[in-house]
Amino acid sequence: MDALKQELKENIIEQLNLEDMTPADIADDDMLFGDGLGLDSIDALELIVMLDKNYGIKLTDPKEGRTIFESINTMAAYITEHRSK
Amino acid sequence: MKSVYINSVGSISVQKTYESNNFLEEIVEYNDTVIPAQDPNYKDYIPPAAARRMAKGIKMGIVASKMALQDASLEQVDAIITGTGMGCLRDSEKFLSNILDNDEQYLTPTPFIQSTHNTVGGQIALELQCKGYNFTYVHGSNSFESCLIDAKLQLEQNEAQNILVGGVDEIGEHTVKLLKLVGQIKTEPVNSSELLLSNTKGVVFSEGANFFVFSNQQQASSYAEIVGVDIFNTLPIESVSNTAESFLKDHNLSVNDVDLVILGNNGDVRFDDFYNTLTSGIFKETQQAYYKHLSGEFHTASSFGFWLAANILKAQSLPKVVKLNDKNTSQFKNILLYNQFCGENHSFTLLRKC
Repeated sequence: MDALKQELKENIIEQLNLEDMTPADIADDDMLFGDGLGLDSIDALELIVMLDKNYGIKLTDPKEGRTIFESINTMAAYITEHRSK
Repeated sequence: MKSVYINSVGSISVQKTYESNNFLEEIVEYNDTVIPAQDPNYKDYIPPAAARRMAKGIKMGIVASKMALQDASLEQVDAIITGTGMGCLRDSEKFLSNILDNDEQYLTPTPFIQSTHNTVGGQIALELQCKGYNFTYVHGSNSFESCLIDAKLQLEQNEAQNILVGGVDEIGEHTVKLLKLVGQIKTEPVNSSELLLSNTKGVVFSEGANFFVFSNQQQASSYAEIVGVDIFNTLPIESVSNTAESFLKDHNLSVNDVDLVILGNNGDVRFDDFYNTLTSGIFKETQQAYYKHLSGEFHTASSFGFWLAANILKAQSLPKVVKLNDKNTSQFKNILLYNQFCGENHSFTLLRKC
């Protein structure tokens, strides 16, 4: 699980061009949207594509994203349970 | 009908033109076939959250436009008119590469959103919260001049009082490969000071953004008056001199009234004769200047020539590095700019001291 969390942090930084950030700057329970990392709706779309491409998870209900993308912890837990690759 | 003035300038180019006190005093020399623009500290102008999605062309456009607004002491304009020959190439290339690499799957939104030609104009409007007229002209090497015509018409008719106008293009890695394949970019590196002596085909390719605030209200700090602009998609080489004379006549001037002619020579042996016919013909006795050894060639490189002319008229001095012949003049009142690319999209622009 820890390796997956590290991988997620690296991918998020790269995919969303979070310049000046390192994986160490993102705590596992930091809020990704809103007051945390400050991601927005376009970032949410980027994350949905990332889940599909990297882990074979297709989110059919966008509302699911709200809880899945809450933090690195919630993302890692969802991926571990639902990944097909 | 109102007169139209250049009230401010902002430039990002191969030279350090983002430094407001540097009017080509410190020259960046190169020996290459593709030269990138000098980067200012973009973080000084664009919030990091917005900048992270922007490719270089968008950043250059926003910074140059903010510099122009600052120079004009304005926070808002009535309209934004942008010219670009190739648009946001880097995001276009990224989006198309993703389509190919991922078998048309997993397409992410950012490069798609940012890849359109009017992204720069849109992002400037978002930054300024400008809800006025916003138009982007994509017309090869006449893209910037098309903006000039639009802005001039609006200001003359008093449909707007202040318009932000600019030209911007960025280098795209894949596009450079294609341009090299078709021989548009030189195969051998060229030293900037010897560009016109290269005697080879193709150009030294580059990028940049030059923005201006045009107004129908003259200020003490105005750079120049825009007297006339004319564009031609095609123009045979034997007609260039007559067309230049006719253009001047339309503005009640003759060749003798031109104090300086600024030409878009880019060292492409195939097409520099369009300029040579003027320099060795009707403008033989006129002071001549060129600039693409400083800016490189791109579809809106003529906006750098425009920046140069505006600065010369305001400073009343000609940087030595742009001189093309040894003629001299006591003052700069009328400057004529002529540009073309690959024998197409010719433009004549006339600026006057104000």
